[in-house]
Amino acid sequence: MDTNVFDMGEIDIAWCPGCGDYGILNVLKKALAELDIAPEKLVMVSGIGQAAKIPHYLKTNFFNGLHGRALPPATAIKAANPSMTVIAESGDGDMYGEGGNHFIHTIRRNPGITNIVHNNMVYGLTKGQASPTSQLGFKTPVQVAGVTLEPFNPLAVAIALDAGFVARAFIGDADKTKEILKKAITHKGYALVDIFQPCVTFNKVNTWQWFKEHTYYLEDSYDPHDRSAAFKRALETEKLPLGIFYINPNKSAFEDNVGIYQQDNRPLFEREPDVNRLRMLIRKIRAAG
Amino acid sequence: MVREKHIKAQGISIVLCGQAGMGIQTVEGILTGMLKLAGYNVFATKEYMSRVRGGNNSTEIRVSSKPVSAYIDRIDILVPLNKGAISHLRDRISADTVIIGEAELLGDEVSGDKLKFVETPFTKIANDLGNKIYSNVVATGTLAGLLGMKLDEVCEYIKRAFSTKAADMISNNVKAAEAGFRLAADVSTKADIKISISPDAGVKDQIIPSGADAIAIGAMAGGCNFVSAYPMTPSTSVLSFMAKHGRDSGIIVEQAEDEISAINMAIGAWYCGARAMVTTSGGGFALMVEGVSLAGMLESPVVISLGQRPAPATGLPTRTEQADIELALYAGHGEFPRIIFAPGTLEQAFYLTARAFNLADKFQMPVFVLSDQYLVDSYYNTAAFDVSKVKVEKYVVKTATDYKRYEITPDGISPRGIPGFGKGLVCVDSDEHDAEGHITEDLGLRTRMVDKRLRKLESAKAEVIEPQLYPNCKYKNLVVCWGSTYPVVKEAIELLGKSDTSLLHYSQIYPLHPQTADYLSKAKRVVIVEGNATAQFAKLIKLHAGFDIEHKILKYSGLQFSVEEVAVALKKILK
Repeated sequence: MDTNVFDMGEIDIAWCPGCGDYGILNVLKKALAELDIAPEKLVMVSGIGQAAKIPHYLKTNFFNGLHGRALPPATAIKAANPSMTVIAESGDGDMYGEGGNHFIHTIRRNPGITNIVHNNMVYGLTKGQASPTSQLGFKTPVQVAGVTLEPFNPLAVAIALDAGFVARAFIGDADKTKEILKKAITHKGYALVDIFQPCVTFNKVNTWQWFKEHTYYLEDSYDPHDRSAAFKRALETEKLPLGIFYINPNKSAFEDNVGIYQQDNRPLFEREPDVNRLRMLIRKIRAAG
Repeated sequence: MVREKHIKAQGISIVLCGQAGMGIQTVEGILTGMLKLAGYNVFATKEYMSRVRGGNNSTEIRVSSKPVSAYIDRIDILVPLNKGAISHLRDRISADTVIIGEAELLGDEVSGDKLKFVETPFTKIANDLGNKIYSNVVATGTLAGLLGMKLDEVCEYIKRAFSTKAADMISNNVKAAEAGFRLAADVSTKADIKISISPDAGVKDQIIPSGADAIAIGAMAGGCNFVSAYPMTPSTSVLSFMAKHGRDSGIIVEQAEDEISAINMAIGAWYCGARAMVTTSGGGFALMVEGVSLAGMLESPVVISLGQRPAPATGLPTRTEQADIELALYAGHGEFPRIIFAPGTLEQAFYLTARAFNLADKFQMPVFVLSDQYLVDSYYNTAAFDVSKVKVEKYVVKTATDYKRYEITPDGISPRGIPGFGKGLVCVDSDEHDAEGHITEDLGLRTRMVDKRLRKLESAKAEVIEPQLYPNCKYKNLVVCWGSTYPVVKEAIELLGKSDTSLLHYSQIYPLHPQTADYLSKAKRVVIVEGNATAQFAKLIKLHAGFDIEHKILKYSGLQFSVEEVAVALKKILK
């Protein structure tokens, strides 16, 4: 499929020049095109923030909801029609801060969605405050003496919760990011891809150069099926590993666990209530024996 | 005798009282089940403490020759199961109340000579059968005997009720019921109580659902196929019913991590073509408020089953109140339309919940089914819900390539497409958006979009449910109520016996019925009955109908109004 099926044409994009978000947008379009996912079979779900604007820049169905709340509707969309490809994509503040509780429980629920998180370690939309992934000592107009809260480690949390697919990418390497995204999108069940993406306006510490110097790829011999090893690698902070940390191929997805698609694979919108069953149910209320 | 007169008019009122976990529910379940099966009109309601064990909980069971569906103060027969039960109900016990039980369990509470106490050795009989566990069934047998049931009917029902148990359990329970039944004659003589209640031929074909059952089945009949919720009393019973029957009926039922997730899931589900509902109570709903606003902006349907309980904050978790009208009405930042139903009967709970799905889909807005602990937990026999009267109306359109989700239309309703159905793309945004669903800061367009969304309210007004007038359309005095108080106020008016006094019950409280001012201004005196402290519905009427209701009967103790209480209050006002 040609990448341009996702092109919006001449549009006014609200991101700053040089922002890492552009790279993610391009890579995502390529990954989707290479996977032959048609725009009408895809739903992009996002919350609020700079990254959360991405559905507006890519021609497809989208649900741009509330701050922090991308994952619950994404879960429901997939469950209502499992034939759709569903991507929940937002920034680190949206997914890990405001939406932190949903992040934890969506992993436990394991819907067949891809969760892409633009991680630039800073708040962009609200102009430069700390995000959950901001590093210790990072100074902002609010954290004036520097961040003192322990940075949130999304990979370690996801692996601890036995997420089915956990990866980290750096958008400075478009090709490798694309390959990771393609694997994530085709994974059955929940897949997390945390993507390092420099904020050129509000984060003067974690720059393109900084990410280049502070990241490296997991070696080719690395086995992503070993959960303990994956957890250990996720805890590394001196230099941050990139690649697929963890895969558990043996988990069944939420939409399979809800128990209504085994006998009947029609999406919910095609269904009608079973009137005879309902009549029987009404008769049986509080009837003994 | 006064008591016999009351029983003739209103049937008999039996109250069971004991600690949580003592078996009140066993007696209640078996007794109401066998009575209903034998064709008696039955009503049951409970008040209970927020604890799993201990405390003092009571259940009122009314049995009558005529249909009954309201809570009364009067107790004809009290079955106290532990010490504390009699003090708990002190205000409702009269010289006529027959108390049956075991002095050994009740302590000095029964020693007063003012009480009409009859010793009934439930535990001894149970122990003779080998286990004190049978004492609840012994008591059930006694009550069945007092009510004039036939022994073979009672035994037959007990067999059915315990049919899944071991053979000796079944036969011992039958023996327990028989032994209890035989005690009835003695109680009747000692307490000088004669009960003549006859079965009603119509009851056998009826059903006996609770408010929670009625809401859940109404949702199913309305095509609900997705429920996301976080448990909270008193809404949990609706969630449990849906969960129990969900899989077999093709309904996804998910307990979310919090109420915020629950409503965002429901909106996501509607977006992708499901018909979704959340069930919650005030405190949980408070967390859903941003989601209600999201539904307003996305123009998403969503059905909210909101069971009220006393608040603020955690309030009285297991009690009842009608104080969340304003919360439901104003929940959500910004201005957008909504619909609020407030069923007063089980029938209304069924049909209005089903209707909520059709209207949510049609008008693309939040629709509330505002109930309360009293409505949800009470049950009585009622005509079987007629599924053929409910039509699942779907308003989803198949999209073409040039589809625009928010096309501006004269009635404000844009044809609603869903992803995966048609060639178009469905784009929705919580930001102000253009017709295609993309973010806009075109302030002229913003104004047009607000107008478009609000126009839907005008469309919804054309389909408002008319308030119910009872019994006469000519009246001097008009008593207004809404939601769960309907059967209580209705019976209070019957008790009052004033032919110039009618009742006007609202089962849809918003949008307010446009003829409200006409109904009210016809009366010489208007009284409102509400289960809150600030007369919230009266305020809504003042705001939307411009009518100031002078007389207010308000209650916010956590208990439902009783029939007698409303009758006395009305009598004072209408003298």
